[in-house]
Amino acid sequence: MAGMTKQGIGSILAKQGILIAFAIFMIGFALANQRFIAIDNISGVIRSSAILGVMALGVTFVVIGGNFDLSVGSMMSFSTIVVLDLHDKLGPALAIPAMFAMTMALGAFIGFLVGYMKLNSLIVTLGMLSAIHGLTLTWSGGKNMDIADKAGTWFSIFGQGRILGVPVPILIFLGLAIILGIVLARTPFGRKVYAVGGNGQAATFSGIPRARIVFLTYVLSAFCVAVAGLLQASRSLGSQNTVGQGMELQVLAAVILGGASLMGGSGTIFKTVIGVLILGFIQNGLLLMGLAFYVQYVVTWGIIILAVWLDVAAKRGRLWSPTA
Amino acid sequence: MTGIIPVLRLEGIVKTFPGVRALDDVSFSVLPGEVHALMGENGAGKSTLMKVLGGIHQPDEGQILIGEEPTVMTSPMQAKAKGVVFIHQELSLADELSVAENIFLGELPLKRFGRVDWQKLYADTDAILNTLNVGFDARTRVGDLSIANQQMVEIGRALTVDPRAVIFDEPTASLTDAEKVVLFKVIADLQAKGVGIIYISHRMEEIFRITDRITVLRDGQYRGTLTTSQTNEDEVTQLMIGRSLDLSRNTSHHALGDVALEVRGLGCGALFQDVSFALRQGEVLGFYGLVGAGRTEIAETLFGLRTPSAGQILLNGEAVRISSPIDAIRHGISLVPEDRKNQGLVLGMNCRDNMTLPQVDDLTAGPFVSDGAEIAIFDQYRDKLDIRTPGWRQIVGNLSGGNQQKIVIGKWLSMRPQVLIVDEPTRGIDVGSKSEIHNLIRALAAQGYAVIVISSEMPEVLHVSDRIIAMFAGRVMREFTSDEVTEDNLIQAISGIGDGKVMKEPVSGQMHG
Repeated sequence: MAGMTKQGIGSILAKQGILIAFAIFMIGFALANQRFIAIDNISGVIRSSAILGVMALGVTFVVIGGNFDLSVGSMMSFSTIVVLDLHDKLGPALAIPAMFAMTMALGAFIGFLVGYMKLNSLIVTLGMLSAIHGLTLTWSGGKNMDIADKAGTWFSIFGQGRILGVPVPILIFLGLAIILGIVLARTPFGRKVYAVGGNGQAATFSGIPRARIVFLTYVLSAFCVAVAGLLQASRSLGSQNTVGQGMELQVLAAVILGGASLMGGSGTIFKTVIGVLILGFIQNGLLLMGLAFYVQYVVTWGIIILAVWLDVAAKRGRLWSPTA
Repeated sequence: MTGIIPVLRLEGIVKTFPGVRALDDVSFSVLPGEVHALMGENGAGKSTLMKVLGGIHQPDEGQILIGEEPTVMTSPMQAKAKGVVFIHQELSLADELSVAENIFLGELPLKRFGRVDWQKLYADTDAILNTLNVGFDARTRVGDLSIANQQMVEIGRALTVDPRAVIFDEPTASLTDAEKVVLFKVIADLQAKGVGIIYISHRMEEIFRITDRITVLRDGQYRGTLTTSQTNEDEVTQLMIGRSLDLSRNTSHHALGDVALEVRGLGCGALFQDVSFALRQGEVLGFYGLVGAGRTEIAETLFGLRTPSAGQILLNGEAVRISSPIDAIRHGISLVPEDRKNQGLVLGMNCRDNMTLPQVDDLTAGPFVSDGAEIAIFDQYRDKLDIRTPGWRQIVGNLSGGNQQKIVIGKWLSMRPQVLIVDEPTRGIDVGSKSEIHNLIRALAAQGYAVIVISSEMPEVLHVSDRIIAMFAGRVMREFTSDEVTEDNLIQAISGIGDGKVMKEPVSGQMHG
């Protein structure tokens, strides 16, 4: 019955692989460095992961719906720059809704192209990555954007405030995760996202408006980007035009690490949150080990490729495919 | 049979997957020069057995012998090197390459510095093509060949080694009758050379035409080996499903209700024109015709997937406009599509979620989907349709074809449709589940549903329909009541020769697509 044992381990790995890897990883780093599991370090990691995490929540919907979103990093720079600029022109109370409206309009545009026009999402969002970057630079004139009166604005509470001692970004990230987790798992909309990503044609044949669902996933993703931009702007009260650059790949990394299929139709918000935390703790652990921050680029993607490989290996029951 | 050493033997093969004993002590052997059929319903274990033979799965117990030599198979490539070659149902050719490159793919003859020896390649290929007696040459681009000729290329691939055993998996699935004859000739030639043939097919007529022995699997177990000349279809069917199959005519004895659906002069571009019919409650209307006759396109138009270019659709006497599946569903029209895996189901989703998908908006408590309401619907239709699944959490992709089809039917019945359209109700479904689906369709009619059945299988259409519409090239050729229809006049009608009309074009299509 050796075969059964192998299958057993394989199926456990396939289902819980990400949690097991996470646990092993945490134990390893904790043994290497006591500071790693100190409460303030853990809280710090979650806090610094919040912006990435909020974006990953939205992208989870897009990916489960069977599409990519590579525009979120660039879009986050846009939101940040816009809200900082409007803060001084309109005041924070108007700047925030105006920024949300503009960001979500960008999401709606992408959703229109991918959903209703049926264009390839990889191409569309790659194009939008560049186009939105240009839009941001046009808006700012290429200069950094800063709030004039940094000490006198209540705008800083989103990024810097605490409620009952808990940093606000953590509350927003986890709160949004719970809400969107419920939306995805428990509402008709969430069910339709799974159906559209799992088999778009069958969804159409079941009377589900596929284009509208895809459209809505991009609007939702843009909403999350707007929240992330708000957190970013509020934390620093000033920003470069490139603040979100490269985050699209980290977001995608978190979603994949969480185990969402890039083919669409599978994944959960909970798993994405785990993916975000793994990514955050990896980067933190590497820094605590005294490695330069740029090492994380190599290590992060090394770990992702390893995770994807183990996932595939667990599914086919062996580590490589001799027929390939 | 003593004295002759089989070219290939599988002995006591056991293969388990989590929760399933896919093969349970299965033995099977092929003699030189023999055509040995491997039969069984979907899920009986045929594919798993062949995957064990091809080294894709390793058996938990048992062994494989080639000649007298026990062999561990590790990959299809290694199997080929040992003379065991697979001809797959789905072609795996590179369209853009030539016939020669496809046949010797991965083993192109080389000259110095890794250059391809084209002369030798084309000469070797033409030698193989000669033995297959085909009408194209080594330089032809594969994408330009017909499906049948592509299959010949696939067979040609098998002949680059000296095969001892060749496995044909549903080889005639996309061949016309004339093309089948050519295939059978090739098989006979291989036989004459002493090659052992394993022939996997559902088609009884072929099995009885070309095989010497028949081995039947059921539920992963060996059920017996019959000598073809000493058995008949009934015996094989019984062995496969454990009982015999009823395909007699089966028309309504209940009274029909009002006209539920009426179609007047419906047309959709070049796909079909001037289609008119009326369908009453409690009636099964069959649509029969060749591929491309426009049957599926009519169904898709009624379901809002295509926009009609002419004509009217009336439901309960009122003209309706149907421009999307959402409209169709709202008007009470449901479609069980022909392509179950791509159009009917989200294979990665569980049974319950698939079944409730079209009405998930209505099964809510507040903003949330109501678990209780969903499970209630699933339980009701699981019992009503006798869907065999461990529970609603089961992923649909893991069910057998018959149970999958019942999920799709349950999905639409739970919407309480006025008109149920079923396109190819039993395609890819094993014989046992077939009769269950047929009985189900008859039972639905008896309950007052108006049902349209589209099928490419004549026995099926004859079996379930009260009336039959025969189509040819996008037009209704003739409408038959169940009293006046015969196999002959039905064939004439769908070939364009029925009803006094002259056949406009040669009919070379086949019945399945």
